[in-house]
Amino acid sequence: MIRDITIGQYYPAKSPIHALDPRVKLFGTFVFLISVFAYKGIVGFAVVTLFLALLIGLSKVPFRFMVKGLKAIMILMLITGVFNLFLTPGEVIWQIWKLKLTKEGIAAAIRMTIRLTYLILGTSLMTLTTTPNQLTDGLEKALKPLNKIHVPVHEIAMMMSIALRFIPILIEETDKIMKAQMARGANFDEGNVIQKAKALIPLLVPLFVSAFRRANDLALAMEARCYQGGDGRTKMKPLVYTSLDARAYVVLVAYLVFLIALRVVLPF
Amino acid sequence: MIKAKNLVHEYIRRDEEGNVESIQTALDHVNIHIKPGSFVAILGHNGSGKSTLAKHLNVLLSPTEGSLWVDGKDTADADKLWEIRQTAGMVFQNPDNQIIATVVEEDVGFGPENIGVPTDEIWKRVEDSLRAVGMLEYRSHSPNKLSGGQKQRVAIAGVVAMQPKCIVLDEPTAMLDPVGRREVLRTVKELNRTKGVTIILITHYMEEVVDADYVYVMDSGSVAMEGTPREIFSRVDTLKLHRMDVPQVTLLAHELKKEGLDIPDGILTREELVKALERLSNKG
Repeated sequence: MIRDITIGQYYPAKSPIHALDPRVKLFGTFVFLISVFAYKGIVGFAVVTLFLALLIGLSKVPFRFMVKGLKAIMILMLITGVFNLFLTPGEVIWQIWKLKLTKEGIAAAIRMTIRLTYLILGTSLMTLTTTPNQLTDGLEKALKPLNKIHVPVHEIAMMMSIALRFIPILIEETDKIMKAQMARGANFDEGNVIQKAKALIPLLVPLFVSAFRRANDLALAMEARCYQGGDGRTKMKPLVYTSLDARAYVVLVAYLVFLIALRVVLPF
Repeated sequence: MIKAKNLVHEYIRRDEEGNVESIQTALDHVNIHIKPGSFVAILGHNGSGKSTLAKHLNVLLSPTEGSLWVDGKDTADADKLWEIRQTAGMVFQNPDNQIIATVVEEDVGFGPENIGVPTDEIWKRVEDSLRAVGMLEYRSHSPNKLSGGQKQRVAIAGVVAMQPKCIVLDEPTAMLDPVGRREVLRTVKELNRTKGVTIILITHYMEEVVDADYVYVMDSGSVAMEGTPREIFSRVDTLKLHRMDVPQVTLLAHELKKEGLDIPDGILTREELVKALERLSNKG
């Protein structure tokens, strides 16, 4: 069960979206998030939908992979939907006790659900088409200016990539310790919440001990291989913009400008 | 290549106020001399100080007393630290805890990246070193999916890519199965032979040192015995004194000799023993 956890669920394929520089994709996701909250009216909705559909089509990621991400936030969407339905003041259509179903509420609920859905689809599109490594590289390069105000950008990116490397190892280790404790009579599945939490102690203590030991070993190994922070380091796979990236930037900016213009020009 | 003179290392444990609680001498006046291009094994049981010595060679620790020169550079000289680490690469025991990247080739590129090698040159070095350890076909794999022996070979490639003159392997086979152990040893010997890299193999498996040029046996922090494998293994009783086992064949030959058979000292391989026995039976 513990192996089902996937972080950065990359879908390998050869598509123009996969080939884009991670910085472009980060910027694109940002633009798309703005657009999802900036659009207004049916035309705006159509433009955003079309844009998203186009991107998904281009990425060659099967649609069912995209929808996977939605399952996780189903509950959240339901709750926000219900809140919007009953708690928006306006023209009452139907009333039970103190809860009023309003016309405005229905509209708000639909809008909110669409926005949340698009939000998830947009960000999953990025994580599905970008490897975790590219993502950290992209972040490091994109946030480089923050170095000037003494934000340790390189170190943060390094920590992220090491964390990604050790997630499967630690998961495997958790599995092993769990089985070892179960063989000695530990019970992780039964009892109430407090008992269950207590049962986790013999799992967490050895896990932490081993994680610290690994961290110490890794630090030694990194030092032995001359790691001395970000200064003077070269890159094996440096990020280089291609003409594809330039075109993508143009498309993204044009899209955002067009959408905002629509919002201003069209009142409905 | 490597020269240690009266090298002493003490682990000092302090309490919260910084007062010395206990001192443990891990290395006690160690003298070693390793020639360039040789394959040297350092033997010892747990706690004999062999890993401490390994960490000195890479300046992960520095001497409490005495001195150590790596390729003519004094390890006490803080300015030479990175130079020395570049000269003497190090491979550790646990393959999982020394692989940094999520893709094999990126991990091999980690060392060259750190020392500021230009991008094109990194790619060339990564390819060469992966080929040298026979892992080229796995270059785009995730290290998590490799076997222990393969992971350890990737770790060796990561060191080779920094083009060190000398590679220190600190019990590289301790966590591997017999197949993985053979893979790693074959790779190491191959590197020694074809690239002329000085190899310092630290181990407690006797079988692994048979092919070495020179062997040091360590016990309680000092060098207890030194010599060629043949010289070392001909002194079975002394070895036992230092709580070391000898290869089975050597032990058998030794026991046969004690029983009065005319067998030479220091038999290292099964073939040698067979030959000696054949000669004996021909005579009789």
